[in-house]
Amino acid sequence: MQGLTFDIAHMLAGSLVLVSFMQLYQDRLSALLNMFALHAFVLAASVAWQAYAQDAPHLYITALIALVFKAIIIPLALRRIVIRLGIHREIENVFGVGLAMLLGIGLVALSMVVMLRVTSGADPLAREDLAFALSVVLLGLLMMVTRRNAVSQVVGFMSLENGLVLAATGAKGMPLVVEISIAFSVLIAFIVIGIFLFRIRERFDTVDVQAMDRFRGEKR
Amino acid sequence: MTIDALSGVLLIPALSAGLLAALPGYRLTSRLNVLAAFLTFATAVSLFIVEPTSGRYLLVDDLNKVFIVLTTFVAFTTSAFSASYIGHEIEIGRLKLGHVRFYHAMYQVLMFAMNLALVANNIGLMWVAIELATLTTVLMVGIYRTHEALEAAWKYFILGSIGIALALFGTILVYMAAQPVIGEGPDAMVWTILMTRAAQFDPDLLNVAFVFLLLGYGTKVGLAPLHAWLPDAHAEGPTPISAVLSGLLLNVALYALLRFKMLLALNPASIAPGPLMVTMGLISAVFAAFMLYRRRDIKRMFAYSSIEHMGIIVFAFGMGGPLANFAGLLHMTMHSLTKSAIFFAVGHIAQVKGTQKIADISGLTVTHPVLGWGLVLGVVAIAGLPPMGIFMSEFLVVSSTFARAPFLVVILVIAILVALGGLFIKLNTIAFGEPRGSTAPVEASYVPMFAHLAIVFAAGIYMPPALVTGFQNVARLLG
Repeated sequence: MQGLTFDIAHMLAGSLVLVSFMQLYQDRLSALLNMFALHAFVLAASVAWQAYAQDAPHLYITALIALVFKAIIIPLALRRIVIRLGIHREIENVFGVGLAMLLGIGLVALSMVVMLRVTSGADPLAREDLAFALSVVLLGLLMMVTRRNAVSQVVGFMSLENGLVLAATGAKGMPLVVEISIAFSVLIAFIVIGIFLFRIRERFDTVDVQAMDRFRGEKR
Repeated sequence: MTIDALSGVLLIPALSAGLLAALPGYRLTSRLNVLAAFLTFATAVSLFIVEPTSGRYLLVDDLNKVFIVLTTFVAFTTSAFSASYIGHEIEIGRLKLGHVRFYHAMYQVLMFAMNLALVANNIGLMWVAIELATLTTVLMVGIYRTHEALEAAWKYFILGSIGIALALFGTILVYMAAQPVIGEGPDAMVWTILMTRAAQFDPDLLNVAFVFLLLGYGTKVGLAPLHAWLPDAHAEGPTPISAVLSGLLLNVALYALLRFKMLLALNPASIAPGPLMVTMGLISAVFAAFMLYRRRDIKRMFAYSSIEHMGIIVFAFGMGGPLANFAGLLHMTMHSLTKSAIFFAVGHIAQVKGTQKIADISGLTVTHPVLGWGLVLGVVAIAGLPPMGIFMSEFLVVSSTFARAPFLVVILVIAILVALGGLFIKLNTIAFGEPRGSTAPVEASYVPMFAHLAIVFAAGIYMPPALVTGFQNVARLLG
């Protein structure tokens, strides 16, 4: 498990954290969606490498789901929604970018300190993975906190879930039941999100219509 | 999987969810919903008569039997309340027939998910079940599609998902701790196996795992400062769902927390989970008690009261020991019954007055004597006045922990008294103020509400010895 295999796994997990950071400073929704697609792509690569390294073929399924579903379908669908809603304008960040990045660095440091200390007895690959996974989870949380737009909150939530998938694949031999359930939960979550976005749009429409009616009433 | 009472509490709701999704209309389906809930309850009671053996996937012991029976009972009475509630919502056109079909199917899916969380013998499966329960309630909270309802559902969805995500991270960490001892594969996630080998797990990993689990499932329990979703979700959803959320779903999340607490207790080198739970419980109780004073919405007010009581319950379980656990268990049961009874009353009140604003509901004992006095009884019970059951359980919580942590208990008692004041100030206008609003007669079934209150009253006067020994066994199990 040492040598090149370890280095590649390490690099992929590390790049996931890097892409999480890149998501933090995107100020346009469409760019954010691109970054999320990249995030999911790196996750897929990382999971596939784990599948190879651990000789666990069922992990390829997880990788495939991440690739097809999260890296392609969801970003495309969200892009359509965003364009339809006409909100591909700038995202309002609650904090400035600089502060968000600083907080992000703090969170990564925190997760390294916590995870590397408590897992001293565990397999080195699992250790690194877990530490990176916690960083990704915390960065996802940070993104959800710093964004107000519903779509970017959803993106934050999904990158958080990517972190969880990374953690689950890092834990050696974690049963398939859970992996499927994770994928399944993402699916359900997305259906729910879809319904919500649909309904929110429905609401926006009615609000618009009412506003128009009121406007007309005043004119008359 | 063999067909026995254990799989029965899962199969009945699952099958009826499919059936209810297919049937049109609401008169028949709302009755079928009651019937299905009753059958599930009957099956759950049969667990006490013939105890099925635990398998690899499903588990039954003294602890979850209590939870299952309580859950299915309140689900049954709530379905009876829901039948009359939904009838009224259809009449005034707030819900359409299609929504009702969806609502009934979701009600049964929620029952399925909660029962699955309670009987699952696998930490992963339990997590999936709680996630499913969360998603169904999100959909139900948003069912009115008003702006407020969607916002509440969205908030609940986001916060619930974060909670659930943290809980999953904790679950993965528990697996990581178990894997070197038990070996790779599904065995390292099975409760019964985890419990036998817990002493050999890596304590540091378990500690970190518990922090995540406490934050994750604690969000679902509604512990401050992770409670922000709870008042909104209670206030904007249909009232039967408020009753189920307060009475049951919070308990189910608590159950998950208790199981992990038991796991940690078996590992001598790990931290004691008690102080963490005591702290969060105390903060929730104090915070929610003070928040009661500023509430303008009646459902929101009782949602804060739920946070307060969950705080007291978590405090009791956190203190631990047979007596405090007994008190916590009793308090949980009494709170479930009382709070759902209150929501039954509030549901009818909101329907007949056409508003949830406390300022617009006044003088209920004059305009609607039965509802008004029912609410008064419920509030008397929830505030912890004798002779109702909650007085008993709160008294036990206080007396069983006073010797060990007098300062903490003083804080708890202050919280209880502050909450009592807050509830009664509001109750005074609601029940005895100048009569205001609609005086139209209410078409309500009072049976579920008074049945709950009667049980709570009876428990305050006399507890059957069989119940006491049953609860004592569970309390000992909880350690």
